[in-house]
Amino acid sequence: MHFAKGAVPEDYLVYIRRKYFWIMGGIIFLFIMLIYSISVGAVTIPPYEVLQTITGHSVSTKWNLIIWNIRLPQALAAIVAGAGLSVAGVAMQSILRNPIASPFTLGISNAGAFGAAVSVVVLGTGKVQSTVANAVIINNPYLTTIVALFFCLLATGVILLISSIRGASPEVMVLAGVALSSIFTAGTAFLQYFADDTQLAAVVFWTFGDVGRVNWLELKIMAGVVLFAIIYFIANCWNYNAIDAGDETAKGLGVNVERIRLTGMVIAAFVSAVLVAFLGVIGFVGLVCPHMVRRVIGDDQRYLIPGSALFGGILLLASDTAARLIISPYVLPVSILTAFMGAPVFIYLLLKGYKR
Amino acid sequence: MILSVEELEFLYRNRKILHKVAFSIEEGEIVAILGPNGVGKTTLLKCLNKILRPKGGAVHLDGNNLFNLGTMEIARLVGYVPQRVETGRLTAFDAVLLGRRPHIKWDVTEKDLQIVDSIFKLLSMEKLRLAYIDEMSGGELQKVAIARSLVQEPKVLLLDEPTSSLDMKNQVEILAIIRQIVLEHRIAAIMTMHDLNQALRYADRFIFLKGGKVHSCGGAEVITPKVIEEVYGLPVIIGEIAGMRCVVPGSPEVALAHNQ
Repeated sequence: MHFAKGAVPEDYLVYIRRKYFWIMGGIIFLFIMLIYSISVGAVTIPPYEVLQTITGHSVSTKWNLIIWNIRLPQALAAIVAGAGLSVAGVAMQSILRNPIASPFTLGISNAGAFGAAVSVVVLGTGKVQSTVANAVIINNPYLTTIVALFFCLLATGVILLISSIRGASPEVMVLAGVALSSIFTAGTAFLQYFADDTQLAAVVFWTFGDVGRVNWLELKIMAGVVLFAIIYFIANCWNYNAIDAGDETAKGLGVNVERIRLTGMVIAAFVSAVLVAFLGVIGFVGLVCPHMVRRVIGDDQRYLIPGSALFGGILLLASDTAARLIISPYVLPVSILTAFMGAPVFIYLLLKGYKR
Repeated sequence: MILSVEELEFLYRNRKILHKVAFSIEEGEIVAILGPNGVGKTTLLKCLNKILRPKGGAVHLDGNNLFNLGTMEIARLVGYVPQRVETGRLTAFDAVLLGRRPHIKWDVTEKDLQIVDSIFKLLSMEKLRLAYIDEMSGGELQKVAIARSLVQEPKVLLLDEPTSSLDMKNQVEILAIIRQIVLEHRIAAIMTMHDLNQALRYADRFIFLKGGKVHSCGGAEVITPKVIEEVYGLPVIIGEIAGMRCVVPGSPEVALAHNQ
């Protein structure tokens, strides 16, 4: 069988080009947003001087200090976390064939919160310190992070174990996630009930996801993991398109559905686990960003995966910038703002339907 | 001979679903797999391209045993159209382009796009190119699914009840397209069917399954009231309308009583 009498249709190329423009536009917007985010805050730094500083042309030592030690790592952490959560969300939605799949649906965030609670209450790593920003400080952040990561990975492992026994079907994975989520929520509540005031404050503080708490080393680890995941998912975009068309269609096209589903799940869960462990619980981005992007760019994974990563970064950076400015000089944790920022836009898009 | 199936066995939880199924098919032929619900028609179809893993037997295509090939290699030889396809916010062109998956290494090439375009012309669906598949009717969606299996450039096409959700006009249209493509491109098609009249009109050979075994197999001569009653447990009358053989449920006595 051989067909080659066709031509490449012009209207299709125009249609595809439009998707590329959206993504290019997103990259440019993200860059502008990054400069703006660094320039604003308790002290305003002119955007041009921000640009000079981050390209290595020092303007003043004060600016250097603020930009390199505080604002740049925070802004980059927001981009990395937003991109990672969003790409994990879009992958889980496709793998689990479920529009409400996200790192939360599978109980990974709750497992992280439980891990932090164990670390603070049982291992005694929590203590309160009043600072200018009225923050609570956890006196051994590394132990807390490690314990949180351990429980995130434990949750992932249990879900994968259950699905390997019952077959890696989407329903089993989602339901196992819901069950685990409840167990960890109950566990956290139990620990909180017996915690003293200081510990309780530390646990609650930890669960407010905040991108301002990372240093450069942590940022590099997160960026490495997120970048790997984005590359993996983009490289597999055709397999995800095939799975979206139905398991049987995908198998008929030679795709090893079970293996793609399991590998994708492990990677998405690992990314979420690392981000939750370092930053705390940041809701909404992983669930809703992919849907926002779908409304504009469609369900084709070739554009949906990079688009979601990009827009996740934009949304979290915008939310974090707003969180820093809204009641300045006080700084809100970004997790409080993500839903406030995203939900109205999301509901608007739902009502408006797809872009044609 | 393009495809031959030998001694195919399939077990589901130790229950034998298919037992020593064997048949062969030539280029340019359409084979209809017939039989009551739950007899294993779909299972048989899925075993042929290893969507399900058979317990024993072999499927030879052009002399190669398909079961020794990788899934991607099989997908370059055998196209599959399932009963149900999922939709999404995807243009018909992209949905069909997905059928090139077994041939795509890194990214789609100009050639892939040209092949997809020529299938749209072949099935006269140029107007649907940029239509979103989640806004399509059942007939249009079925055409997209068939187009997707055709851009795989397969030698054998497997179709699971290709007309089950379609109205009469769309049924005839889809089957006529399959007929034409099978003849023109010298491929073979195997489809599971419920409608014996359509099978009679569009298929060259017929396989009746009963109890996981081939009950009878051959050309139009195997479709007799006796065979159909044995397979489906239903008496039928076979007559001719305008030179075409037709099967209707009922027995001569019932028909007589009805006419009086």
